[in-house]
Amino acid sequence: MPESNSLTKQHLHISMRLNGEPREVSFASYKTLLEVLREDCDLPGTKHGCELGECGACAVLLDGEPVLSCLIIGAECDGREVVTVEGLAKDGKLHPLQETFADCGAAQCGYCTPGFLVTAKALLDRCPNPSREQIKESLSGNLCRCTGYQQIFEAVEASIARIAACRVSGNSEVV
Amino acid sequence: MAAVIPPPGEHLHDRKNLQLIGKARRRVDGRAKVTGQTKFADDLQFPRMAHCKLLRSRVPHAIIKNIDATRAAARPGVLLVLTGRDFPIPYGILPVSHDEFPLCNDRVRFVGDPVAAVIATDPLIAFEALDDIDVEYEPLRTFSDPEDSIQHSEPRIHEYADKGNLHKLVSLQFGDVAGGFADADHVFDDVFFYQGNTHLPIETHATVGTKDPDGKLTVYSSTQCPHYLHKATAKALDMDPAHIRIIACSNGGGFGGKSDVFNHEIVVARAALMLDRPVKICLTREEVFYCHRGRHPVTMRFKTGVKNDGTITALHVQSLLDGGAYGSYGVASTFYTGALQTVTYHIPKYRFDGCRAFTNKPPCGPKRGHGTPQSRFGQEIQLDKIAVKLGIDPAELRLRIIEQPNTLTANFLTVRTIGLRECVERVVRMSDWKNKYKKMPHGRGVGIACSSYLCGAGLSINWNEMPQSGVQLNLDRSGRVTAFCGATEIGQGSDDVLVACVAEILGIDPHDVRPVTGDTDLGPVDLGSYSSRVTLMMGNAAIQAAERARDLLAIAVAKKLEIPKERLVFANRKVFDCENPLKALSFRDAVCAAETMHGTIGTVGSYSPPKSPAKFKGGGVGPSPTYSYSAAVVEVEIDPRTGWLRVPRVWMAHDIGRALNPTLAIGQVQGSIYMGLGEALMEEQEFRRLPERLSNALVHKFPSMLEYKSPTTLETPEMYIELVEDPDPTGPFGAKEVGQGPLLPIMPAVANAVFDAIGVRIDEVPITPEKILKALDAKAKGKDPRFGPASFPSVPYPEPIIVTPPWEGGDGRAANEPEKKHRTEQNQGARNAAWHDAQKLMNEKSNPEGASR
Amino acid sequence: MMRLPHFTYRAPKSVAEAASMLASGPGEAMLIAGGTDVLPNMKRRQQTPKTLIGLRNISELQTLTNGDGLCIGAGVTLTALVRDARVRIHYPGLWQAVAQIATPHLRNMGTLGGNICLDTRCNYYDQNYEWRKAIDFCMKKDGQTCWVATSSPKCLAVSSTDSAPALLALDARVRLVSAGGAREVAIADLYQNDGINYLTRRPDEILTTVVLPDPKGRKSCYWKLRRRGSFDFPVLGVAASARFEGDTVVNINIVLGAVASRPLLASKAAAALLGHRLTDENIATAAGIASDAAKPMDNTDFTLGWRKRVVREFVTLALRDLRGDDVRAERYRYALQSLEAVG
Repeated sequence: MPESNSLTKQHLHISMRLNGEPREVSFASYKTLLEVLREDCDLPGTKHGCELGECGACAVLLDGEPVLSCLIIGAECDGREVVTVEGLAKDGKLHPLQETFADCGAAQCGYCTPGFLVTAKALLDRCPNPSREQIKESLSGNLCRCTGYQQIFEAVEASIARIAACRVSGNSEVV
Repeated sequence: MAAVIPPPGEHLHDRKNLQLIGKARRRVDGRAKVTGQTKFADDLQFPRMAHCKLLRSRVPHAIIKNIDATRAAARPGVLLVLTGRDFPIPYGILPVSHDEFPLCNDRVRFVGDPVAAVIATDPLIAFEALDDIDVEYEPLRTFSDPEDSIQHSEPRIHEYADKGNLHKLVSLQFGDVAGGFADADHVFDDVFFYQGNTHLPIETHATVGTKDPDGKLTVYSSTQCPHYLHKATAKALDMDPAHIRIIACSNGGGFGGKSDVFNHEIVVARAALMLDRPVKICLTREEVFYCHRGRHPVTMRFKTGVKNDGTITALHVQSLLDGGAYGSYGVASTFYTGALQTVTYHIPKYRFDGCRAFTNKPPCGPKRGHGTPQSRFGQEIQLDKIAVKLGIDPAELRLRIIEQPNTLTANFLTVRTIGLRECVERVVRMSDWKNKYKKMPHGRGVGIACSSYLCGAGLSINWNEMPQSGVQLNLDRSGRVTAFCGATEIGQGSDDVLVACVAEILGIDPHDVRPVTGDTDLGPVDLGSYSSRVTLMMGNAAIQAAERARDLLAIAVAKKLEIPKERLVFANRKVFDCENPLKALSFRDAVCAAETMHGTIGTVGSYSPPKSPAKFKGGGVGPSPTYSYSAAVVEVEIDPRTGWLRVPRVWMAHDIGRALNPTLAIGQVQGSIYMGLGEALMEEQEFRRLPERLSNALVHKFPSMLEYKSPTTLETPEMYIELVEDPDPTGPFGAKEVGQGPLLPIMPAVANAVFDAIGVRIDEVPITPEKILKALDAKAKGKDPRFGPASFPSVPYPEPIIVTPPWEGGDGRAANEPEKKHRTEQNQGARNAAWHDAQKLMNEKSNPEGASR
Repeated sequence: MMRLPHFTYRAPKSVAEAASMLASGPGEAMLIAGGTDVLPNMKRRQQTPKTLIGLRNISELQTLTNGDGLCIGAGVTLTALVRDARVRIHYPGLWQAVAQIATPHLRNMGTLGGNICLDTRCNYYDQNYEWRKAIDFCMKKDGQTCWVATSSPKCLAVSSTDSAPALLALDARVRLVSAGGAREVAIADLYQNDGINYLTRRPDEILTTVVLPDPKGRKSCYWKLRRRGSFDFPVLGVAASARFEGDTVVNINIVLGAVASRPLLASKAAAALLGHRLTDENIATAAGIASDAAKPMDNTDFTLGWRKRVVREFVTLALRDLRGDDVRAERYRYALQSLEAVG
């Protein structure tokens, strides 16, 4: 196996907007965003199932778009905005998707749940009233082995009305 | 309004006016899971934590001649290198197959078998150091499939196998089977193949070992069975189990894949003790494929005699399991391929021959349905063939032959409630079966299948008379109730079941109960989250503990309110007089009263399943307090030009006894359908043998999530589900299992739907477009319109153990069984075989230069 | 965690700067755009560059501009392409191909340039270091033998890009820039049928732009075959485009993906249709010719015999699609969705 010891070893220092807060972090230069979040930012809510972009468990929002943090090098995150599952709740209130995922049985073991939640949030941010087919398509990069997905679809659908209600009541903080 | 305290003897399932049970609720751990706060094993971080990586065998079968780890040990950052020399004691999940070492001692048996461990300050250093370990192997013959293992008995993969490389050979006969076939109007003889597949939990296995400040050992792990890990760790490390604490973290999916004890768990435990610092290992996805313990590939033969009206006269099942390289749960798996046929349909005469072969592949074990989906697949397809031949609607055929409730079967399994008739009737109605079966256009069709499953294995793995589940409650003057239990939350909702049972009895909110589970130091033993046992066994233990607590409270409250305690009701966080609800104490005040009267309030409950009437050898696999039942209709669409198959819709009715929390119950059914479809259509644990003239390699074909095909949101069909609730007297509030049974009918229902759609039989899974097209080709050429194994291999099954069925006066004992004493010696002998082999080899062998330091 | 090996990351701000970085360390640096191909390969130690040159800060690679047709910067993400109305309306074959690449997340990350340059794939190659060691490695990396066909003198890894067949069918051209200058080639000439040297791009060149010709009057489509409706690389891709005068074909391309180490132009099949109408009979003839050209190997999902057999059906579907048949049911059957929801 190729030796990597001879290569430059260094720590990188970046600043990003992490879950709505400015955050500076230094980490070993080879680390992915996933590793930086879990190991250097104390945010273990983002999970990993394959580390190769084949399961969706590590999804986070990068500049608002759902991406796989296992295939993003930390070095490329300087100056960018990252949202993880830990950043969904605001002021002690769960995001409506979190409420409906919990209520509808959309989280069984809960391991794929953070990835589903941020992906569904991005969908609803872009498209407030998606069809079942749009929900299925946008979540087709997240594998779940527990639920058979149906309760996840139902949870996303149930959240649509709740989010709309929040908007009407002017409680836009939550969404 | 809740019921008055029931008089002693009233069955729980008769309870009316339940407050919590049966109502759809958010699970108690729901909030933790949607906020990312549930702690899985790899989420744990400790100061000074070191990281472990395992060097795994790159050869499929070899003797380890030498291991030189000096270069690895010298790398900066490497703290410790361990090899098999550091682990002389074998362990295993079943007492009859303690055949694994934490790190291989003298032999490697598959590509992926661990031979050395590097513990370093950083995972990258540990990983790169693996390549610095030089292992010298002396290759042995590679066994790639069970027929190979039948043909060649040498070299033996394990010395303790029943015969050559055949790990287990069993034969059981209940009644005059030959006579049964002679009485039949038709005898059907079919061969099926069920490909192996794996659990693929999204969470990869992870473990952290720590040495406590007082010098004891604590192991945090993604395990379904902390109790078994506890036992195995104590044995393999030769430690006092009282000084070991196992904490099962929430599992990110299990499905059986985390129910065995794994080498990496014991390795990091020892490393932590040696280094006196926390040591973590988190497996890569590839390594999880090597842990496996998944569905056995099984070749099966079903011979069934039937009367013209569909009545079964006799059944003879033969199975050949590809076990992989170690025993694991394999002996149980073998028996399970022949155990549950009889609890679904009435089978008056029954014979089962089973064989599990060792091969040089990752060990197979229990996956959702454990050993029964394979034979369920054969049985339900053959019933479809029988129905077609006899001109009976396949749903009607099943209704005619369903086993009766409260029956002792031919193989002495005790059947209690059976909701299968209603399940069949409901899926027929829901799916509009009568207007679809044989009536859809070419390329579209429907298929039906049924199944049944255990609600907990009746006999524990380590035979003893102790409870299989225990619950301990602690209440204090704050009104807080803590429920302790060894059961493990793997996503199925066991914490919610525990809390719901306690809260229901005490009339409080689930949020008032704090579950403390999966911790061997804190909770009483529960055997683990496998065999669909937790709801029934832990639930009953929880009810018992809660009833005892309620009685203590009732005595104190009755005295305080000056009414007879029989008039007290526990509901809405109050304890009140049913004749004058205003006469009441809050639950908190009730606990205060009780604490004042009795002192500290703590109660326990335990559950032991009823004794099985099966007294013959092999009768320990199959008994259960009760069985769940399911029926499914699956619709398929096939393009006959390409064989492309899609499942648009599935209907399922499941006999659950009572749904404790319908949201969770429905989730289990849907998850089972999903996983069943994966097995039916695409999932395969496949291996690649390179050309033998060029290479000895036998590797997993594609140990990745990309190439192991797990269905996505887009493959998932519309699912229509109904729960059949006929409370079972053995279950908590009448509940039966729901986690595994609903998976079982899916695969055969797909195969039967394929036949309805295009008139060909696919007698194996996965049912792929290639196989469909081949069967269609055969049909076009006028050949047998079928894809599947041509014949059943010749297996040297032993003479059967003969047991007389109950209706012929049998008492559950074998007519020709060997002496019991002899049997015990045999078990003991097998148990110690690997240990003695290892000791002998270690003494004989010149010491390999392991570099432990 | 599967750690990446150590590397140095550099982030040039212009193509010129990137090209000079690439020129300064020949063979030691690799380009990274979306990272969805190179990073898994690095984690598996298939590729271990000393330097990664990140292209994401180069704004000139991110643009989509109208020329005679459309000029697409190589750094445009696949999602951005899917959401672009010009692509959707004028180049439906490219749109259908891109909409079916990998997963929504990976399309948010991956770029068009990255998909065009996607490393060839093989079940013997796309494995972890330890797995490859267990088979004594393969010709493409660290070994001698091509295990797909042990007598093969060349690597048989499979071209698995979806966008390339679609772009070939549309007669796209690509611009390559190095420190020494720029050149533009037909995308068909970017590829060669060798699993190791599958690109004619020189190691010091950066693929900067894809140039699509004026779409006027040209119909196009892409049909992808894979096990699941998401995640999976193609085991077969059929791209086709044609111009008609009345019902008569005056120009047609049929391109097969995932059946060789490069996208395969089914020229004979196309020639058989030129000057003819797309009758069922003519379609069947062309589909037969195309399927003869396909040489799938046993190194992807599904069996090779079946994959070869399905070529005929998929070429038929693509040609029927060009003819204007209603193929929505077939689209749903194989894509497991209508594709309408993608974006």
